[in-house]
Amino acid sequence: MEEIRFVAAGGALGAGIDEVALTEAMTGRPHFIACDAGTTDAGPYYLGSGQAAFARESVRADLRTMLTASTRANIPAIIGSAGTAGGDVHVDWTLDIIKELVEELGVSIRVAVIYSEQSKDFIAELLEEDRIVALDAAPKIDVETVRRSTRIVGMMGVEPIQRALSQGVDVVLAGRCSDSALFAAMPIQMGFPEGLSWHAGKVMECGTLAAERPGPGVLFGTITRDEVTVRGIGRDVRCTPSSIAAHSLYENGDPFLFVESSGVFDLTKSTYAAVDERTVRIRGTGFHPAETYTVKLEGATLAGYSSLTIGGIRDPFIIRQLDDWLERVEMRIHESVRELLNGVLEREEYKLAFHLYGKNGVMGSFEPPAEQLPIEIGLVVEVLAPTQEIANTIAKLCRQPLLHTSIPEWIGGVTTFACLHNPSHIERGPVYEFFLNHAAIQDHEGEFFRHEYVELAPRELLASTLGD
Amino acid sequence: MVLSDYARLIRSKNAGPFLLTFDVIFDNSDSFRKIQQSGALSTKAFASMYRCDESQVKFYECENALAFKFTIPRPTVQGVFGDPDLHGGQQYAPLMNLPVLDS
Repeated sequence: MEEIRFVAAGGALGAGIDEVALTEAMTGRPHFIACDAGTTDAGPYYLGSGQAAFARESVRADLRTMLTASTRANIPAIIGSAGTAGGDVHVDWTLDIIKELVEELGVSIRVAVIYSEQSKDFIAELLEEDRIVALDAAPKIDVETVRRSTRIVGMMGVEPIQRALSQGVDVVLAGRCSDSALFAAMPIQMGFPEGLSWHAGKVMECGTLAAERPGPGVLFGTITRDEVTVRGIGRDVRCTPSSIAAHSLYENGDPFLFVESSGVFDLTKSTYAAVDERTVRIRGTGFHPAETYTVKLEGATLAGYSSLTIGGIRDPFIIRQLDDWLERVEMRIHESVRELLNGVLEREEYKLAFHLYGKNGVMGSFEPPAEQLPIEIGLVVEVLAPTQEIANTIAKLCRQPLLHTSIPEWIGGVTTFACLHNPSHIERGPVYEFFLNHAAIQDHEGEFFRHEYVELAPRELLASTLGD
Repeated sequence: MVLSDYARLIRSKNAGPFLLTFDVIFDNSDSFRKIQQSGALSTKAFASMYRCDESQVKFYECENALAFKFTIPRPTVQGVFGDPDLHGGQQYAPLMNLPVLDS
């Protein structure tokens, strides 16, 4: 094989796939289509709750487009980090959609399903065996933290995908997976250079976000023995040396070294050159194999239940003494919680946060000192408590202090807060936290990821086969 | 002049749930080099602007991407109660106003 060709159908399964661009890309005879379906960037809620960030309808529409193209061309479709977080429930949710589509499209396919959820007992064991390594800025964990948690997944590299591909499947549906590995798996399996294969994956996994003006379209990648080319397909989708170089360092703390399970790909000597106005050539990316194979872990734990109150302040007298006013409001809230939930809730069992939009709502402590007072303040009061009922109670207890905490300038009763909603509090439900930034040392392949192979065919076809 | 007069893109983003990364990207090597030589971008300048500990700031100069990068631990882990910016995407604004190349 002189070269391997592939398509990044979109930046995220569910964000929309440009069918026209994909049809054009298919004329380039790709060897596979891939699309990333998840990220931690959507937040810990999805890993914790088992839900997906995208609507089922959006994911279904994108899978339909992708499977239509891949089955017609008889090439594998590779989907990773299913259902946003890649837990078993997320994988099954996505598989369920694929089953519906098999019926609808009237195609028969073989699907490799790769599960990546880790049992808490297993991770606790690894911890005791000293096989868990803390990564940069990792929180402290112990066996208790692990056992208390809600869900843990391991992030697969190229190997589990390669194993699935070697079975000649039509679809690889992977749980939590390195985004770049989705694209690097087949090229590396075919013997193309590892560094270039990973680099291609890194720049293509976000779809057209790597182009000069991100928008509808797809990316087409080609890897040869010594280079990668990435072409933007779609009306305004141009990949330029500058856009591809810039996207290479997107979302990674280090712009040169990218850590994966099997090693580190190294962009220190990478070069970017224009092939034409929408295509870029990458050369020089290296790869340093890891001495120890590791699997990155992600975990979510229930933090509690939340309720909100949203409103605003317009009175310039209050705004000029906002911190002081807020301190008095907060004190009154804590006092009433202490009085009314006496014996039910200790002070350290709940949290209050005040987000002051117009002052430092977006940046918090990073906000530089302001030169002038804002005209109005948007205030979001957030409560975190051990149960939803208590969170709601505390949110209700916020109302009176917000509405009627007077300032010395006014003599007589004044309403100091504009409530946005009625009722003024909003129930948010359970909220989760990421509690792992760790990697596990792998002992043998298959220890972290489980493969299942599913034959899917439309019911009508199945019935006729069984009848034979 | 300020940094946003020269850069083609200034952005911030989570680098995983525990790190926050800032990119300053130029469209020509001339601007990149001028800013590089001016010394306006440094761990010290960043730490004082974002009022964080200089030892926590990692600073990279990427000539092949005509880019500078700063990476720091997130002030709160992504999505933890009180985190005001889930994606870390709106933390770059102060960098835009960094004075550079004062003649």
